[in-house]
This record gives sequence, C-alpha cells and structure tokens, in this order.
Amino acid sequence: MSDYNFAYLDEQTKRMIRRAILKGLAIPGYQVPFASREMPMPYGWGTGGVQVSAAVLTPEDRFKVIDQGADDTTNAVSIRRFFEKTAGVAVTEATTEASVIQTRHRIPETPLREDQILVYQVPIPEPLRFLEPSEVETRKMHSLEEYGLMHVKLYEDISQHGAIATAYAYPVKVEGRYVMDPSPIPKFDNPKLEMAGIQLFGAGREQRIYAVPPYTQVVSLDFDDYPFEPTKADHACDLCGATDSYLDELIMDDAGGRMFMCSDTDYCGARRAAGHLGAQGAPLAEDAA
Amino acid sequence: MYVAVKGGERAIDNAHAWLAEERRGDRDVADLGVDQIREQMTLAVNRVMAEGSLYDPDLAALAIKQSRGDLIEAIFLIRASRTTLPRFGGSNPVDTATMACDRRVSATFKDAPGGQVLGPTFDYTHRLLDFKLAADGEFGEMPQTEPNAGETPHIMGFLDREDLIQSEPAGADTPDDLTRSPLELPASRALRLQALTRGDEGFILGMAYSTQRGYARNHAFVAELRIGAVAVEMEIPELGFAIDIGEITLTECETVNQFKGSKTEPPQFTRGYGLVFGMTERKAISMALVDRALRWKELGEDNLGAPAQDEEFVLYHADNIQATGFLEHIKLPHYVDFQSELELIRKLRREAQASEQATGQAEGEGPSGGSLKGKMKEGVAS
Repeated sequence: MSDYNFAYLDEQTKRMIRRAILKGLAIPGYQVPFASREMPMPYGWGTGGVQVSAAVLTPEDRFKVIDQGADDTTNAVSIRRFFEKTAGVAVTEATTEASVIQTRHRIPETPLREDQILVYQVPIPEPLRFLEPSEVETRKMHSLEEYGLMHVKLYEDISQHGAIATAYAYPVKVEGRYVMDPSPIPKFDNPKLEMAGIQLFGAGREQRIYAVPPYTQVVSLDFDDYPFEPTKADHACDLCGATDSYLDELIMDDAGGRMFMCSDTDYCGARRAAGHLGAQGAPLAEDAA
Repeated sequence: MYVAVKGGERAIDNAHAWLAEERRGDRDVADLGVDQIREQMTLAVNRVMAEGSLYDPDLAALAIKQSRGDLIEAIFLIRASRTTLPRFGGSNPVDTATMACDRRVSATFKDAPGGQVLGPTFDYTHRLLDFKLAADGEFGEMPQTEPNAGETPHIMGFLDREDLIQSEPAGADTPDDLTRSPLELPASRALRLQALTRGDEGFILGMAYSTQRGYARNHAFVAELRIGAVAVEMEIPELGFAIDIGEITLTECETVNQFKGSKTEPPQFTRGYGLVFGMTERKAISMALVDRALRWKELGEDNLGAPAQDEEFVLYHADNIQATGFLEHIKLPHYVDFQSELELIRKLRREAQASEQATGQAEGEGPSGGSLKGKMKEGVAS
C-alpha cells in the first residue's frame, strides 16, 4: 500500500486534470468541470488544491503550503506532509524559494514571479451561488454574461449599510468576461490577483477548476461612486512593524487585550530576520516553539 | 510572548498517537479481529461497501476497525482507497433474475413462482434486548431445507406482460460513470441511480420518507424485494467470451407506483428501482422511492416543488463523504476571513453610530435615547 504513483494520483487522472487546467488558462475565470477524485483527506479540506498541485508538481519542484497565510497551521502541515510522502518533493516555507505554492485564504505578501505557480483551495467556486442556489441556473447566467444579480446585491449592500458588505471572497471580473470567486481571500488581497505568476483554483467537492494566467486583468466589482477598497486592520504588525501586510488579531488576556501580527508568517519572519521590529517585537529566535 | 499555532507538526503526531490508543480501548479486552467484524458486523460491512462503492468485505471490515466504528469515516477510507485502484474494464450487467435468493418478498401478490422467502430478516423479531447474547453468542440447531431449484422470475415481469406497467426504455450500452466524469445536470437515470446507491443511507431514507408523507407522494408498493448472490461476468477480449470473475450479494427493490396518467402517458403503473451492494434492504427500498420521485419529468408529471423531485438538490447533497468533509471543514482556521468580517462590522457600526449621533443631535435627543446599541437589541428581540 505504500507505493503510490508520484504525487498520489495515477497518470491518467493527472492528465485529465492538466487538460482542465489548460482549458481554464485558455478561458480565464471560466469554471471547468473536472472528474474530481476522492482523496485521502476530506472534501472541504483542500482536495481541489491538492489535485491541482498533484497535477502540476514535478520532482524538481520546491513546494510551499500556507493556510491563513501561515506554513505551520495544522492543515497546511498535513498537506505539505502528504506531498513530501507521496511525491518526495523538496519543501520550503520561504515564498521566494517555492516554485509551487498551495494556499488557503491568502495570497503571499511577497510578489510572485513568472516561474511560480499559486494553487488556491476553493470551497464554493461559484460567485453567484448565494444569490442563486441552482447550478443549472448559475451556469446559464455565466454563459449569457448575465451578472445583473450581482450588481443588485452590491447596490443593496450600499443602500442598506452605506458600503459593500463583502469582506472576503470579494467577486472579481476576469479579463472583462467572467465574474469569478477569488476563493475566500480577504479583499485586501484582491489587487494582488494581477500578478506575474500562474494562478490555479481547485474546488474538489464541487468538481471545478479555473485559472488566471499571468498578467491578466482582474477587476474587483464596484461602482464609480463607491470604488473598491482593500482593507486591513488599522495597525502595524506588533512583531515586525510592517504596515503593508494583512494582520491577524490575537486576544492576549481575559480583559480582551489585543495584539496584531502578520498573517503571512514567512513575510513577518523574513522582516524580523532583516532587523525590523514592531511594538512588541522580539528577536526571531525566541518564538521558535 | 504569545505565538499563534506553532508546533502544528508535533500536535498532529501526538493527536494520531492518542487516536490509536483510544481506538484500541482497554488492553485487557481482546483485540477485535477484522474477521470478526466481517462475519458478525455484516450489515455494517455491507453499508460501508455500498456507500464506499467497493465490494470488498475484508477491506470494509478493516475500515470499520480503523475508524472505531464510525461508518462514515470507514466509507471515507474505502473511497480513498478505491481512487488508487486501476480500472480493468466494465463487467456485463448482472442478471438479478438468476439471483440465488436468500430473501424474496412481494407486497403486491400473495404468492408467485419462486414463493415468498422471508430469509434472515429482523422484520418479525420483537425488539427486546437479548441478554443471553451478552453472555454467549452461540445458538442451537438450525432447521435445514433444500434451496429453491431454478430461477426466481421477477414479479414485474408478470405486470409487464399485461402491459399494465410503464415500459422501460433501454439504457446506453456503456452508461456514464459517476466516479469518472463530473456530475453535470440534467443527469441520465443511470447517473442518478449511481448517486443514489452510494448516497448516504440516512439522507436517502429521509428523502424517501418525505415522499410518503406527501412531498411528491407517489404511493409505492414493494412489488418485489430480493436479496441474494449473483455472478459477475466479464468479457475477456483475448478469449472472446465472458467468464465468471466472482460473486456479489445484492439487494434489489422494485416498486410499483400508482399513476393516473399524464398529458403524455396513459394510465398505468410506474416503476421505481433500487439496487444496492450487500444486504441493505432499507437503503434499496428508499432508493426506489427516490428514483420514482425523480422521474416526474419523463412521466410528464407536475413538478410539485418537493425536495425529492429536485434532481439537483438530491444528487448534490446525497453523498455523505462530500457532505461531512465540507461540514467539518468549518473546524479549520478561518482567522483571515473572520478578521476581515470583524473589520467590516466595526467599520459599519462606527459609521452607523456616527450618523445616529448626528441625527440625534439634530433632533435634540440625547445620544442614549436613540443609541445604536438599544436599536440593535430591539432588533434581536423582535
């Protein structure tokens, strides 16, 4: 039972997935149905991303996995181990050293290069799903480019709350055609969706793959008088002092004392290693638990 | 200093070690053999094979042992293992008319060729705890008889001959395979039946029950329920003919449903069909009812808007491995999305509060009278 094919999936399955990826790259933002396989980890835990990673990894790759921006969250550890075991690939926590990065809910702070692939885990690939529950209907809406419902939703947000009340999984339009769910990344990350690297999105349970090729136009939906605003906590990182990174908020004591730190642990660590210190920062060695 | 979720690797290793210890339980109690599970927990083994879509009692028993008796977890293990298996080809359709029936009952005819055979059923047991089993699982002499000779004809065949039942169009020579291509709607009946036979027993049961209670009622009679072994045959290209490659136990249920006729169909009986691996009678009957409910379109019936009629609803939510995975994933960290929601709520409240105060002052009210907090509480109460 221990002799699995490279990266677990058999070659036929990987070929099927690669075809879906190529189709996705050819039609940016279009959701390509694919025959998702049952993986040895649960649906909803990254099986789509895992299948896409399995299809693109080669023995020479260096692989990085982040969940919520961090390399050492339990599910990121679990997925990294899976590929160490089944593909024997080298792994890294450094964004700049990785050739393939699988992510859940974040885009790394360090800009990606042309020789890097970012693989997203996607829970619900359909940006219109919570406006229209039927897949038959939403596929029709995409093919007719019928996105009025989404604009009405955003408009209703503004009339009710004075702002667009979507903070993550903020819908985007890709290359002027398909409205796409960027997966549940905070809207802070949306501007990074236009990048040099290849972006692949895998939704295992929903059996969909989609893609954004390098340097593709990705526009966050908004209105002229209510322009899209990427937001983050109005603080600097308490560990590394960064003011340009997305922050996690931690509760420090029973009185509800807070501290803020970079959600991208590699970015934060690299800054501290380079000598940047935040308000509560300590030299890097201390927190190696 | 606090450092979030460091040490994930060690935590995972330790969790696995603890899980292994809990699985084993008290070491003074003998370890449970996989053969014991296979032989004495057969109905659990059958469910795992049916919903795991893999007929292998030994692997199913191992999965049940490994999963500590959590059958959905066991089904998951089987499905994940199944993914890695090479596929040699398709068998010929099994011929359930040749089934060696352990059980065969009809609710529509008092007697029919092949007879009524109760078989090993719980049906007429009084559900009283048998404390003797706690002490000793042995039993006395078992009466013996000769097995029925010859084939047991399908009850439906008799209705078919009279043309009283809807005729069944032939399916595709090679039906689609749910496990090899993505489910796209509308799905062929073959795909629907595949999804139902591997769907969660509880979900299919609930859907079937809802039709009985009036959500797209299609009053079903069990024309026939049969359980037994059938041979699996496969064409071997090199040989040019089919050979037996094994034997599997199946449960088959055919229902006869009332039907007054529609714009397109004359008054006649209609069919529902259930076929499930192993001795899985509840599932097979449920499957037949849901199959019938999903056939409203081809029979020209009205869509009553009932859940069991909604192909997308039933097929997209029947799979317990998909459902449990997605349900349980909400245990995973969501700091990032939650953080973005926190910021949004804080921002919206700040703005609401500011405009509230501005209006309050303009109307000469104190800020306490019309505070947002008070309003929100009212909102919750109503």
